[in-house]
Amino acid sequence: MSTRRDFLKYSAATIGMTTVPFTAAMAAETMPVVATFSILGDMVARIGGDHVAVTTLIGPNGDTHVYQPTPADARSVSDAKLLVVNGLGFEGWLDRLIDASEFDGQRVVATDGIELLAFEEGGHDDHHGGHKEKAHGDEDHADHDHDHEEHAEHAEKHAEHDHDHEEHAEHDHDGEEHADAHGHDHHDHGEFDPHGWQSLKNAQVYARNIAAALAAADPAHAAAYEANLAAYLTELAAVDAEIRKILTALPEDRRTIITSHDAFQYFGRDYGLTFVAPQGLSTESEASAKDVAHLIERIRDEKVAAVFVENVADRRLLEQIARETGAGIGGTLYPGALSEADGPASTYIDMMRHNASTLAAALSS
Amino acid sequence: MIWDLLFEPFAAYGFMRRALVGCIAIAVGATPVGVFLMLRRMSLTGDAMAHAILPGAAIGYLIAGLSLTAMTIGGMIAGMAVALFSGFVSRATHLKEDASLASFYLISLAAGVLIVSVRGSNVDLMNVLFGTVLALDDAALILLCAISSMTVLILAAMFRPLVLECVDPQFLRSVSGFSALTHFTFLALAVMNLVGGFHALGTLMIVGIMILPAAASRFWARSVGGMIAVAVIVAIGASIAGLLLSYHYSLPTGPAIILSTGVVYLLSVIGGPVGGLSERNARTANTPT
Repeated sequence: MSTRRDFLKYSAATIGMTTVPFTAAMAAETMPVVATFSILGDMVARIGGDHVAVTTLIGPNGDTHVYQPTPADARSVSDAKLLVVNGLGFEGWLDRLIDASEFDGQRVVATDGIELLAFEEGGHDDHHGGHKEKAHGDEDHADHDHDHEEHAEHAEKHAEHDHDHEEHAEHDHDGEEHADAHGHDHHDHGEFDPHGWQSLKNAQVYARNIAAALAAADPAHAAAYEANLAAYLTELAAVDAEIRKILTALPEDRRTIITSHDAFQYFGRDYGLTFVAPQGLSTESEASAKDVAHLIERIRDEKVAAVFVENVADRRLLEQIARETGAGIGGTLYPGALSEADGPASTYIDMMRHNASTLAAALSS
Repeated sequence: MIWDLLFEPFAAYGFMRRALVGCIAIAVGATPVGVFLMLRRMSLTGDAMAHAILPGAAIGYLIAGLSLTAMTIGGMIAGMAVALFSGFVSRATHLKEDASLASFYLISLAAGVLIVSVRGSNVDLMNVLFGTVLALDDAALILLCAISSMTVLILAAMFRPLVLECVDPQFLRSVSGFSALTHFTFLALAVMNLVGGFHALGTLMIVGIMILPAAASRFWARSVGGMIAVAVIVAIGASIAGLLLSYHYSLPTGPAIILSTGVVYLLSVIGGPVGGLSERNARTANTPT
């Protein structure tokens, strides 16, 4: 028995040795990289340039929260040398896909090292601003703050922690087809808001992480990646300044915005806006009558000027709220997926510009 | 106090009033259909039909976007096709109704999942297909009210043959040629109410509000008319309770409504005067030995 196993091990090793130079030679042309959703895909394409072939699992206008991977995705992942993910439990289905595809390349978590925002549990009611952890006791709360600091410092520990959460989220999806068919299974995020790309400062961290991973996986073109990264970082900083200029001009009393689901906390932090949503952090949760009533109160009390719908979410509820309160629909925001190539938000930078100008147009009128 | 608890939510918010009107429309239309489904031992048919509708609505959505008309028509077509084919197979061959219905709804469901998957996972289609009662717009409300009015009228017109079909289908078949017509009209009513209801509550939930009050009413009345009356009252009461619970305790609305009907059902099983557990116990205890 043992000889047989040794034989298998030996032959596997031989095959491994023979295939490695082969894939390396392939990589000299274009390196296959898989990004989980369109925003990461766009970033990888910008930094990788001609040297990478990017496959994006979730295309334009797709909702990453509720995505179900296909066999084609598993094939892309197993062919990839590098897998770029957002992390923080955003891609709850990811670990299962990686297991299924026997992916053996590198995985880079784009959110490593960003300044994390703890999400407010039930962040769609009126206790905004502070930490609100209904489910956790005081002890947990203290731990949680501690964790937060550690996270910023130790990227490695962060990744581990993050992994835990992904597993947790995956667990919730085990109801699989039937639960999904009813659309009511509960999707659990980690403790931190995963929508990190909504901050251009975070995006610069994303870009650095991606560039470092590309250079590590394909050292031959490290210089090219470095150059692309430098150009991209300059552009990101410029867009950040541009948006800051537009949004800081808004009057103090017109800084509360209603959206479908809580995806804009990082954006709000960067530019001093408050985002409120009837749905929680994931598009999968269902709003209660109380949530909707609170939201309506808030729109009336704070004279919220406009309600914004999202490209990935159900807009019927918001349309009803807008109608009842007389607040207009301010336009469509893109929280977590790019538009089609001919749409207003076909790249990450266009998306951020579009969101900012849509907000500014509705809030300043 | 009582005002704040019971009336203030509806007085203050338009969306609560709309939800209430939608729920009442569903209760008046769908619950009587549920009573007949129950009497004909077709309670599970409602669930099967609800799944059969899904692919049609999905196709409607993929063709025309979030259009009430397209999704309603798609759902009606898919549901009716399944009802007709399964009815035809069970009447023309020796396969029983439940087996043929199960076969067709599974085919329909699989086709739906296939279509949705092939067209990619754009917006979460399932979320779109499952309406929420808090987001009823004018078109949806009009649709719900139209469906429930039609249902009431049609049920009134064919009340007798329907009751006969429930009690003694062989007899109706032997004395009248209208048996098949009655059967298919009834199935059409069921499909229509399910399609209307999924805009408001979602597929699973509409089946709940169709069947649970009907099952509860069995413990309170002996006549079909009595059962329908009880079922409609239970459905309306539970809808109001569910909406208020959702409002005061921040619960998702659809499940809150269905669980309220579920509570009424369980109480009826225990304490219902017609064949409930306590009544049966009392009767056995009183029987002289």
